[in-house]
Amino acid sequence: MTGAVNIIPFFVVIPLAGAFLTALLAKKIKWLPDIIGSVTTLALLAISILSIFKVNAYGALVYSVGGWKLPIGIAMVLDGFSSFVLVTVNLIAFIVGIYAVNYMERFTSKWKFYTLFLLMLAGMNGVVITGDLFNLFVFLEIASVASYALVAFGTEKHELEAAFKYAAMSTVGSLFVLLGIAFLYSFTSTLNMADMARVLTQKGANNITVMVSVLFIMGFGLKAALVPFHAWLPDAHPSAPAPISAMLSGVLIKSLGIYALCRIIYNVIGITAPVASALLVLGTLSMVVGVFLAIGQWDLKRLLAYHSISQIGYVILGIALGTPLGIFGGLFHLFNHSVFKSLLFLNSGAVEYSTGTRDLKKMGGLMGKMPVTGGTNLVASMSIAGIPPFNGFWSKLIIIIAAVQAGKPWFAFWAVLASLLTLASFTKVMKYAFFGTLKEKWNKVKEVPVFMKVSMLALALICVIGGALLISGVNEGFLGSASNVLIEGTGYAKVILGSVK
Amino acid sequence: MSREHKKGMSLIVKTITRLTVGLILLYGIYIILHGHVSPGGGFAGGVIIALSFVHLMLAYGKETALRKVSRSAASFFESVGATLFLLIALLGFTGGYFFLNFLGKGEPFKLFSAGIIPLCNIAISLKVGAGLFAIFVALVVLNLDSEK
Repeated sequence: MTGAVNIIPFFVVIPLAGAFLTALLAKKIKWLPDIIGSVTTLALLAISILSIFKVNAYGALVYSVGGWKLPIGIAMVLDGFSSFVLVTVNLIAFIVGIYAVNYMERFTSKWKFYTLFLLMLAGMNGVVITGDLFNLFVFLEIASVASYALVAFGTEKHELEAAFKYAAMSTVGSLFVLLGIAFLYSFTSTLNMADMARVLTQKGANNITVMVSVLFIMGFGLKAALVPFHAWLPDAHPSAPAPISAMLSGVLIKSLGIYALCRIIYNVIGITAPVASALLVLGTLSMVVGVFLAIGQWDLKRLLAYHSISQIGYVILGIALGTPLGIFGGLFHLFNHSVFKSLLFLNSGAVEYSTGTRDLKKMGGLMGKMPVTGGTNLVASMSIAGIPPFNGFWSKLIIIIAAVQAGKPWFAFWAVLASLLTLASFTKVMKYAFFGTLKEKWNKVKEVPVFMKVSMLALALICVIGGALLISGVNEGFLGSASNVLIEGTGYAKVILGSVK
Repeated sequence: MSREHKKGMSLIVKTITRLTVGLILLYGIYIILHGHVSPGGGFAGGVIIALSFVHLMLAYGKETALRKVSRSAASFFESVGATLFLLIALLGFTGGYFFLNFLGKGEPFKLFSAGIIPLCNIAISLKVGAGLFAIFVALVVLNLDSEK
């Protein structure tokens, strides 16, 4: 048991050490940033997979930083939900890290990229692993600030503009979160999430929890790009270099937005009917508005960014249904979306790497010249559109069934409609970019280098076999234990406080 | 007058700067070393140390300040500060916990007390001081580039 607990701080220590060592040593040595980046992300992936087994063996694990016991010190908490998100984050980070080895050759000062990348990863892992509300805010800011810099990494005019817009809007979101934390702290006199949940249950329903819920929905909703708060995402995500677009769309909006929102709303404050219906409406709105905005886009990466908004809607819809099946489907879709959206962004990066354009009208017939990119893009497109047997189909199916079972057939209808429009939109991508006749100027286009191919193939493989996570036996340990944490709601306090004594 | 006196601000500013800049630096060090027993600490002290170099740069021009601390030195010390802080936190594992205060605590309100806190303050001051100076240098250099 004691041995198992000791892995917890390393989710933050490893990426931080990697970032600082890259900044310290790797300026002059050209191959070192790649090595440090790959080794740290591989180590993180290994311990996050290890964490699943530890959680299944011992239940929720609590680490007291500095030896200060809960509720005085900062606690780090590893339970089913956090280990599920950690695996998602670190899996994508590892594959993206491999992709970046080749892709980032185009840019100067690769070491700066890896430093910021690892800092962002440290922030995301920190948000997921922490059990302290203010600590969560600090890690949220580390990840956000690193991502502002990464969006502006190309330092072209439109990239700087997008980064500035992102920074300004995201800071407003952070301020809402900080205000919410301040209110909760003054109301409960504690910052530890488990202790706070205990105090809030004791004090009962109160206007301040409603106010705080609204602040958190605005703050984290902005980080997750739910629809009324989504305006920064279609600028920021396409402007970043492709590996970072994949990280931002794939995992940043999920760990900073959805994970933090669900953790606080479900486990600390406790979900109430009005909050749940607000989330349902916001989720459905994102789902439909996102896909309608996406369909008319001709910039490949911008189209994908709008689809991120739409898919986030599915996740929120599933989780906000509140039934065990809905939460299960929402979380499964979170994982699946991370995989296929990262893959799509990596594909768009590969197309841009080879042809230098992101405009769908200028592409055409690239399938023959770039078979790996085209093939993996086809797999990812079918996954996101929900074609069986790819992973996206299963999670969407579960969400729709859950909506019908919960007595909300209209939400199921919108989910089906958005799925059809997604299919239409990706048919357009495939037709204009990869099928059709090859334009003459692309005759000399070559397939991308080996590391980029390997990482795209790895993600495509996960898309194909992703449905296997539903097989009983695999299901309970990974997705099941994650959704159980959300289902038990404010019972979280009892579990965490109980496991310390 | 040497060449360096032609750049920067007027003689009055330079004289005042020459007299005060050492004191500012010393005060920054004082704030850092007493961070655990009096108000202040690594961040505040680091800012004051950075300000002493910024002061030098404003009065004498950027060459004089960059001769004392170059850009690469600033970014080196910044990384070293962060790495040191992480190292101190990791050394807590010798006592079983991340960030454990593993050194002897000493007598309260004495200079040598509070275990690892003064060491953390020194690491933070390196990070903050070098970082703030590097940001200022970046702004100055950017400005000069756009004027060309």
